[in-house]
Amino acid sequence: MEFVNRDVVSIKDFARPELEHIFEKAEDMEKKGYDKSLLKGKKVGLLFYEPSTRTRMSFDSAAQALGAGTIWFAGVEGTSVMKGETLKDTIETVANYMDVIVMRHPFDGSARWAADVTTKRATRGFNKVPIVNGGDGKNEHPTQTMLDLYSVQKTQRRVDGLELALVGDLKYGRTTHSLSYALSMFDTKIRYVAPDALQIPEHVTSFLKRKGIAFTKHSRIEEVIETVDIIYMTRIQKERFPDENEYNKVKGVYRMDKKLLSRAKPTMRLMHPLPRVDEITLDVDDDQRSYYFQQAGNGVPVRAALLALIMGAVR
Amino acid sequence: MREGANMSEPAKTKKGLIVSPIENGTVIDHLPPGKAIKIAEILSLLQPGSVVIMGQNLKSTKYGKKDLIKVEDRYLTGEEYNKIALVAPNATVNIIRNFEIQEKRKVSVPDVLEDVALCANANCISNKERIPSRLYTVSRDPLVMVCHYCNFEFKGEELRLKG
Repeated sequence: MEFVNRDVVSIKDFARPELEHIFEKAEDMEKKGYDKSLLKGKKVGLLFYEPSTRTRMSFDSAAQALGAGTIWFAGVEGTSVMKGETLKDTIETVANYMDVIVMRHPFDGSARWAADVTTKRATRGFNKVPIVNGGDGKNEHPTQTMLDLYSVQKTQRRVDGLELALVGDLKYGRTTHSLSYALSMFDTKIRYVAPDALQIPEHVTSFLKRKGIAFTKHSRIEEVIETVDIIYMTRIQKERFPDENEYNKVKGVYRMDKKLLSRAKPTMRLMHPLPRVDEITLDVDDDQRSYYFQQAGNGVPVRAALLALIMGAVR
Repeated sequence: MREGANMSEPAKTKKGLIVSPIENGTVIDHLPPGKAIKIAEILSLLQPGSVVIMGQNLKSTKYGKKDLIKVEDRYLTGEEYNKIALVAPNATVNIIRNFEIQEKRKVSVPDVLEDVALCANANCISNKERIPSRLYTVSRDPLVMVCHYCNFEFKGEELRLKG
């Protein structure tokens, strides 16, 4: 199990024991506190071409908690990207300034390309600068998946044997794709709840079929709410729709309110990658089953553990 | 074996061959009907001065009908074999020297396609910036590819060659 200088591009690049190792380190950090000497003198780059609150700030918080400095941009205004600089040239340049690059980019596959660029750069005698994917277009968001899975394990004390419902925009929502890949490493049952137009794409389900994972598709939350251990709600993402009319047809189709939530098991936990729009009503926030804000908080220990592992500060 | 007088499926009528033999060059056989022109375009065979013979909807005992291309004094590169395989996975390529079939090869989609075809995901970085595409073969029959960069999995009919 080698983490040093490793790119974190896709959740599929990680095996179950590796994910469990990250979670073990994250739990240690949560329990024992963060050691500020671990990443002292290191610099973490945060290249955010697209808006982000939780991912950028929790990476920043995690890096600082371990003593690293952070260098970042949020939005391309004021950078050479506005002058037409390619991703390759930006990565080649900023790799000189930082020890690890966390990036969010609008194009699918951009993180893999950036990782290829820094790997090739290392063959020219430079240090390998690992790339951490903070979301590439509608493709993947592996550290979100890690903290999601960590949250599942933390709340249910296991992942194997659980039944999980993934609800909302399953077509464009990259978190549900990555989470599906991660769940395929465990013995779980997945319930996909979405309108036909936003159901989980075939490339995800064909992957699950090859892995022999049980899944079902549904159009209503009511069909699954009483039996599931986790409900993972997602926002219908307006910005991913090619056509606004298509968005208007499906917006607001799912709404978790107190009445609907009351039908779930007391041990069920309601998760959401956030931000929410109107898919979870405010009166649900104080229910013991609601876990989305703690889930967002879990981003810090998981990302801190990951940064420490890939920079060789912990083993 | 002599070219034209050959093979398992000679392109001929009762009166004789309808596609004449070539002395040196390449015969691309067993193309799906209607694909000869596309293959000729993909391989840029239709150049001024080049000798190219194309047969369309010829009888084939194996496939019912087939297309065929003969091109003189032209041999294919490995990348060109890959391109043919993507459009015509059952094609056979015969290398002809002195009217004799020197070598007979079945095309095959390689495990990795380097900068030959485009990812079918329009939002893929490989379609947005000038970078080499890389596709992996998931399945050959039916043809399914997956993109190295964006993990997008797509069927052969969605595949477009770089060009």
